[in-house]
Parts: sequence; structure tokens; C-alpha cells
Amino acid sequence: MNIFIILGMGAAVGFLSGMFGVGGGFLITPLLIFYNIPPVVAVATGANQVVASSMSGALSHFRRGTLDVKLGTVLLLGGLLGATAGIWLFSLLRRIGQLDLVISLLYVVLLGTVGTLMLLESIRALRRAANNQPVSLRRPGQHNWVHRLPLKMRFKKSKIYLSVIPVVGLGFCIGVLTSVMGVGGGFIMVPAMIYLLRIPTNVVVGTSLFQIIFVTAYTTIVQATANHAVDIVLAFILMVAGVIGAQYGVRVGQKLRGEQLRALLALLVLAVGVRLAVDLVATPSDIYSVVSEGVYR
Amino acid sequence: MRILVPLLLAASLLLPAAARAQEDTRPDYPEKLEIGISTDEIAISSDFRGADLTIFGAIEGYDPALLAQGKYDIVVALEGPKDDATVRKKERVFGIWVNRRSMTFELVPESYSLSSTRDVETIAPTAELNGVGVGIQHIRLTPTGYFGDGSNLTEFREAFKRLKESGGYYQRDPGGVQFISASLFKATVKLPASVPNGTHVVRAHLFRDGVFISEKALPLRVSKTGIEQMISNAAYNNAFPYGVFSVLLAVLTGWLASLVFRKE
Repeated sequence: MNIFIILGMGAAVGFLSGMFGVGGGFLITPLLIFYNIPPVVAVATGANQVVASSMSGALSHFRRGTLDVKLGTVLLLGGLLGATAGIWLFSLLRRIGQLDLVISLLYVVLLGTVGTLMLLESIRALRRAANNQPVSLRRPGQHNWVHRLPLKMRFKKSKIYLSVIPVVGLGFCIGVLTSVMGVGGGFIMVPAMIYLLRIPTNVVVGTSLFQIIFVTAYTTIVQATANHAVDIVLAFILMVAGVIGAQYGVRVGQKLRGEQLRALLALLVLAVGVRLAVDLVATPSDIYSVVSEGVYR
Repeated sequence: MRILVPLLLAASLLLPAAARAQEDTRPDYPEKLEIGISTDEIAISSDFRGADLTIFGAIEGYDPALLAQGKYDIVVALEGPKDDATVRKKERVFGIWVNRRSMTFELVPESYSLSSTRDVETIAPTAELNGVGVGIQHIRLTPTGYFGDGSNLTEFREAFKRLKESGGYYQRDPGGVQFISASLFKATVKLPASVPNGTHVVRAHLFRDGVFISEKALPLRVSKTGIEQMISNAAYNNAFPYGVFSVLLAVLTGWLASLVFRKE
């Protein structure tokens, strides 16, 4: 393992995450897998790295008060349940030898979907810009099926009266993704909160970061305890490089045009997904593999 | 780095390590093996890139005529700590390579380094070697759990040995055992760079004209030292505090970054 390659990886992903305001966990884990870090370690270490990268963002939202602690706590409840279920699933898959496959498959689906959606969105935006059409901020409709669910609760900060079922459910899904894929899940949670739950955009990012920090922290501790899969040195190098890279990413991102950048990130995300897909389909150099069970360790 | 382990012959000089040696000798043959190592523990630092371990020994009660004809053969094995090992085989499912079949072998050494007077296969008949369980091709691989009708047993055993050998965990050195005087021999076994932590066993076997007659074993503790091993030990032995510490480190890093890069 070359420390400079890891530093470079962390800095590059940090730069991108600063530029686009994404966590970057969904790029770190696949890059570590490409660098022959065992997927078990890549996922658990990725979760640990996300704790650090979400921390500074959450702090600034907390200072500005753009964070709904009550909503965040309900999300977090679902997230912790999801992470627990996810780690159980993770250990089961590892025992039956299907973990690496499932991680790769999930990443192919996730990166493929996110990359395609982002690419389409940015192409639309570029066309609009070319035709000099004003960007229409689509006002989300007032109610949908989500708002007819029972067990409603009032979230004062968000000025919303909402059933806890979809909130816990969303938290749960993100928790499973965190523990199985080593991502924070903000890139799914933020759109879901805006379009599905109709939560006001000003509290969405801060609240999702609040949930992400606690779920990734919980996942890191349980992964370390149950699977001994957290590499603290690797995680630390990634964190330091990541937070520094993010600062420069933010500065560059403010100067450049958004649509082209988004298209570029979309292409990058798709490329990583394609590379993982190719590895799944290509004939392996050896169809056999051997692992030590570690029962007498 | 070269670890030299000096010779111990006289019983009166035996160190504690040798005192705990196990012996397995056929009563109908007069020959016995003696081996010695100066230490029962080797400390390995994190920059370890592999080394040779030299073991000295002697045949006692040998027949000089047979010795002169080169009828005695010695095989020395350094067996790593034992653990269950699972071999998995990938098959293509809808175009994707998936682990479909697996077999778990019970208590196989994680590493195995063999040194002999000549190629083990030529020392004794296959059945004899299988009986003793010496040689990479003859290591005992007992499947555990459900493994079907056993028709693919050979396939998985072969794959296991091939993977272990290509990964450098199993090594052999035909000619690594040399006689330095009439009955005195020196065996060089390789410690791979990836040598596992734990209790290894140095096991010496004596063959006379293709027949196994005596075995002697000594324990050897390999303990890795240095910061990497300390971290690894903490991850395994103090897993919960290790996890908490990992999180605290991340929180601190994130917090410090937000202080340092705070917008002026």
C-alpha cells in the first residue's frame, strides 16, 4: 500500500466532494476496491472516513441553525435500525462468500442510476442555458401519498406536519446502504427529503448530515467490533487528504459553471460504475479463492 | 535478515524449547532424530521481508553403512498456526462470475515451509507420505461441514495447494537439508514475508530407504512487533475501544478542519 496513492485518492475525492457538495463516500469505496483493498475493509473504512467529511458541514449548519434536530432524530432512529440490519446482512454475506459480489453489484446499480440521472439533468440544464430559457424552479406539489400516512408528528423547525413512517423508513434504507456500502447516503437522502417528504430545502442538508454523522459513527464502531474491518491508518490518511481537498474543491466550484461540472461528475460516476461492472463480467484470473476462517485466531 | 539458530546436541544442554519437544518414533527402528533451536520465540518487525531459519539436528543410532549409501532422508517442515480454510469456486451466472461452490478444510496450517534432502516425492512412496502428512502434496486436508458426495474433493484440494503455493504461503526447498558431517545435518526453512503471527511448529521427519521411522517437533512462537502489529492487535483484541477511537479520530479531524478552514 502506497501512502501517496491513498493521499491522492483522498484529496481527489475530497476536491470533488467540496466542488459538488457531495460526501464522496460513494467514490472512495470503489476506488479502494480498485486499489485491491479487500471490499470488507474498503466499506468499513469508507464509513469511518465519512464521519470526518460530514463533520465540518454539519457543524456549520448547526451554527447557522439550518438543522431540524427533531426530524434528524426520527431519521436517525430509522438509520440505526437500518445500519444494524445492514451489518447483520454484511456478516451473513461475508460468511457465505457473497459479500464482494453484492457490494460490487450494489455499486454498479447505484453509480449507474445516479450517474445517468445526473447526466440527463445536466444535459437538460445545458440545453436550457443554450436556448436562454430561465431555469424554472418547479414548485413541489403540496401533498402526495406520503402525507396521507398515519402516526403524524409536528416538526416545528421544518414547519411540517408529517407521518413518522416514511421518515423512519427513509432513515432505515440509508442505514442499510451505509453499513453495506460504506456511504453516507446524502445523495439519495437529500432528493428523497425534498421531493418525497416535501421538507423545506433550507433544513434538508443540515438534517441529513446530522443523521449521516451518527449512522456512520455507529456503523464504524459495530464494523470494528463485529468484523474487525476498520483500518484506522487508511481511514486517517483519507480523512486528512479529504478535508483539505474539499476546501480547494469548494473554492474552484464557486468559480466554475455548474452544469458542465455536473456533467463531468456524472461521467466520472458512470465510469467508476462501468469499471466495476466490467470486473464482474470479465473472466477472473483464477476462479478459485481461499480464505482463512479465523475461528482459531 | 538472517536468523541463525545454533545447534544443540547433548541432552544436557537442551533448552526449555527442546524439553517440550514431541517425539514419535517407531520402536522397531533404532534411529532417532534430534533437533534444536536456540529460541522458542522470534520477534519480527514491520519491515520484515522474509528470512531463512536454520535448524541443526542429528540422527542418533544410525547405521553407518546405510548412511554411507545415502539411504537416510530428512524432511523438515515449518508449519504455521492452524485454522479452518475455505476454498471457493466461481461460476458464471447470467454473465457474472459468482462464488457457487465451496469447501472448508479443517485445521490446515496457514503457512508451510518445507526443506528436504531431495525432492520429497522421490523420498518415499505417495502412500507413505500421505500417511505421515508431509509435503505440500500430502498435507492432510479434511473437509468439514457439508461437502456433497465428495466427487469434487480432489479439485478443491488441488486448488487449495496451488493457491497457497502461488501466494507464497507454502514453499518447498528440495536440497534445503544438508549433511554437514556423518549424521549431523543443517536444515534451512524459509519464513515468508507474510509469515503469520502465532505458534508455529518445526517438524523434522526421518526416512530410511523410503520408510518413515522417526519424527521430532519443536514449537516456535512468531510474534510480530512494531506499530502496525500493535494497531492490528488492538483491532482484534480491543475491537470496541478501537472502533470508538476510530470515530473520535474522525470527529476530531472534521472539527479541526472546520476550525482551520473557517471562512474569515
